[in-house]
Amino acid sequence: MMDGALATVLIAMLGGAIRVSTPFLLVALGETITEKSGRINLGLEGTLVLGAMVAYMTSYKTGSPWIGALAAGVVGTLLGALHATACSLPRVNDVAIGIAMMALGLGLAFFFGKPYIQPSAPNLPSVPIGTWLGFTGQLEAALDINPLFVAGLATAVALWWALRNTRWGLILRITGDSAPAARAMGISVDLVRFLATAAGGFLAGVAGAFLSLSYPGSWSEGLSSGQGLMAVALVIFARWHPLRCVLAALLFGAAGALGPALQTIGVTQGYYLFNAAPYILTLLIMIASAGTGRAMRDAPGELATMR
Amino acid sequence: MATLAPGKAPSLEVVGMTKRFGSLLALDDVGLHVPAGSVHALIGENGAGKSTLARCIMGLIRPDAGTVSLNGREVAVANPREAHAHGIGMVHQHFTLAPSLTAVESLVIARAGVPAVIDWAGERRRLEAFLAAMPVGVPLDRPVATLAAGEKQKLEILKLMYLGQRLVILDEPTSVLTPAEADEILGLLAGMARRGDITVVIITHKLRDVLGHADAVTVLRRGRNAGSGKVGALSAEDMVRSMIGDAPVRKPCERRQHARDKVVLKLVDLSADGQEGLDGFDPLNLDVRAGEIVGIAGVSGNGQAALVEVLLGQRPLEGGAILIHGEPFSRTRRSFERFNVFGLPEEPLRNAVVPRMTVGETLALRAYDKAPLSRGGWLFPQAMRERARALMEAYRVEAPSPDTPIEDLSGGNVQRAVLARELSGDADVLILANPCAGLDFAAAAEIRATIMEHRNRGAAVLLVSEDLDEVLELADRVGVMSAGRISYFAPITATDRSTVGRHMLGI
Repeated sequence: MMDGALATVLIAMLGGAIRVSTPFLLVALGETITEKSGRINLGLEGTLVLGAMVAYMTSYKTGSPWIGALAAGVVGTLLGALHATACSLPRVNDVAIGIAMMALGLGLAFFFGKPYIQPSAPNLPSVPIGTWLGFTGQLEAALDINPLFVAGLATAVALWWALRNTRWGLILRITGDSAPAARAMGISVDLVRFLATAAGGFLAGVAGAFLSLSYPGSWSEGLSSGQGLMAVALVIFARWHPLRCVLAALLFGAAGALGPALQTIGVTQGYYLFNAAPYILTLLIMIASAGTGRAMRDAPGELATMR
Repeated sequence: MATLAPGKAPSLEVVGMTKRFGSLLALDDVGLHVPAGSVHALIGENGAGKSTLARCIMGLIRPDAGTVSLNGREVAVANPREAHAHGIGMVHQHFTLAPSLTAVESLVIARAGVPAVIDWAGERRRLEAFLAAMPVGVPLDRPVATLAAGEKQKLEILKLMYLGQRLVILDEPTSVLTPAEADEILGLLAGMARRGDITVVIITHKLRDVLGHADAVTVLRRGRNAGSGKVGALSAEDMVRSMIGDAPVRKPCERRQHARDKVVLKLVDLSADGQEGLDGFDPLNLDVRAGEIVGIAGVSGNGQAALVEVLLGQRPLEGGAILIHGEPFSRTRRSFERFNVFGLPEEPLRNAVVPRMTVGETLALRAYDKAPLSRGGWLFPQAMRERARALMEAYRVEAPSPDTPIEDLSGGNVQRAVLARELSGDADVLILANPCAGLDFAAAAEIRATIMEHRNRGAAVLLVSEDLDEVLELADRVGVMSAGRISYFAPITATDRSTVGRHMLGI
């Protein structure tokens, strides 16, 4: 009996990890690109929520969730571009701008999103990998995977490869490592950071589309509950490495799935405490990793928080 | 692909270069003539305009007037990219290599026309063929951050060669190198120049570099040409006179002979952990007596920075003890005052001042809570300003007023301000790290004389310096720090330059 319950919890956590980790993964990859250029964007929480709202609204209006996801990405790109433009002005602090951008994104989403809380929009279809593999029951449900998760994995691998094997990857790393070095090579630091922040915004916007169009799958104001901020912490935990971002996102996802998973086997005591697991995990990870020299060594040298 | 075909070194001719920064005329009608295949030294004091001239040639700043010609043909250089296209390359004083890239990555990304997707196997083949023809090598696959200063310098030079740049400008190339490394690198460049492969311009204020390796020299003073000529035809005195004008250079202060038997500063098994990429050192024992200067020479990164940080209280005391007059020195403000300890850490702008505070406040950091600067908890800004003016005058800190933020001053002036604060008292213990880094000739002579005065007065001085000449001039006893240990220790009378230099290299 105990074994069955444990298996149930573990499978539920696996399924949850895959589902819940997707927005973490996409935001974290976006933030990795931005931070690799030497700039930090704390506004991705706002981008995530605005992306969720825009995706839901567009999907509702057009009937196509894919157009919704694309629209969310475009809006995210615009927010990223705005952040980058503001930060390229002299004596502007990217952390402060990020917080303002977060408030802006949330405010816009809540303001324009009010009418879309009730109606239901078509969701993104998922790929029934579990069914293809011949699983039934719980495993089948757990392996019902959204294409955006696969896209996230592909992006992580592509980013990891591109950072070492492409001209753009090296230029991004140089810019984040040492702005004087970049300037001496004739690289436009502001342009690289603009593109990197816009790209980060795109991924965060798409992550928002996942929230409102896949899991949980509807638009509400409490949709994200800080996942965009946790993803920034996750980047530090992953030490700016795209593949480690995948592992870290799965870990956060599994922690987020802990509460619901326990509920399925009837453990209801401390439900809210288990739901807080990702937040507690964030705190512990930040304490454990912030003090080590290893994290400092891998950090891009130009990050404002590192100077 | 750029290969180094022989006999393609260009000549350089700069005419009428003029650049104004606000009210300051940084370059005033400066000319520079460098024949093809020669090594030319550009010398002058801080703020003479050497770096500004180089930056104008590189297109990093836009001159108000003046032309640059290569091989007699005028070239327009609006940015570093265009300079590179004309074959002009520069090694900056602060290296411009991205620390997390490896040497291979640094070299490949720097070359023109890197494809969007890099073919590492092909790039590496070409790179190895190129390196096989070069007289120096560097570790290729380690991140630049882990390379020693000399290796970084070699990598910068290799980069210019790899890019096929034939006019090579080096800004203070030897300031981070041991004498042996400096000789190796300058000798290498001079050899390549003599073969007609490259033309070299070296910006320096070390006459040793000029006399040892340059063919000709141009002297700048306050943004103007102050003399030029063949190295053989000009004496060292001529060059110094051109550099500093008629300002008198203070004679080295005489070393007074006196009994030095009272130990003031005693380090007992003092150590610092070198993990996590931090500089560290093994347990060491050292006595500094009243009225003597103990000089610690060594290449940076061998534990000296950690030693100074531990002594001045910037790092936790991990092992061993620091005793002053036999009592533990707790490195708090109170014990600094009690034992009359003064000190200058490395990189003063980062470690010894609050960048946004004013010059007056910076100078008062030691004494702001004592009369006459404060009484009963009240500060007297006017008294602070007056004291600051006196110190600025005495140590020639050039700033518009005592109310200027210290971060707006040039590096040399920040150094002078901190020295003014730390050397103007009657210290019993002085702990100094590279006190003359970035100072020009006259100022360095003055600071060294002041340090000697403190010694003669009876202070115990621990001088940690990368400048071997400084250590040899000032110290009564010399130690060499290498790989976190004091690997050599001797009285100044029982050692010489080459012995110390050898130990600096860890041989």
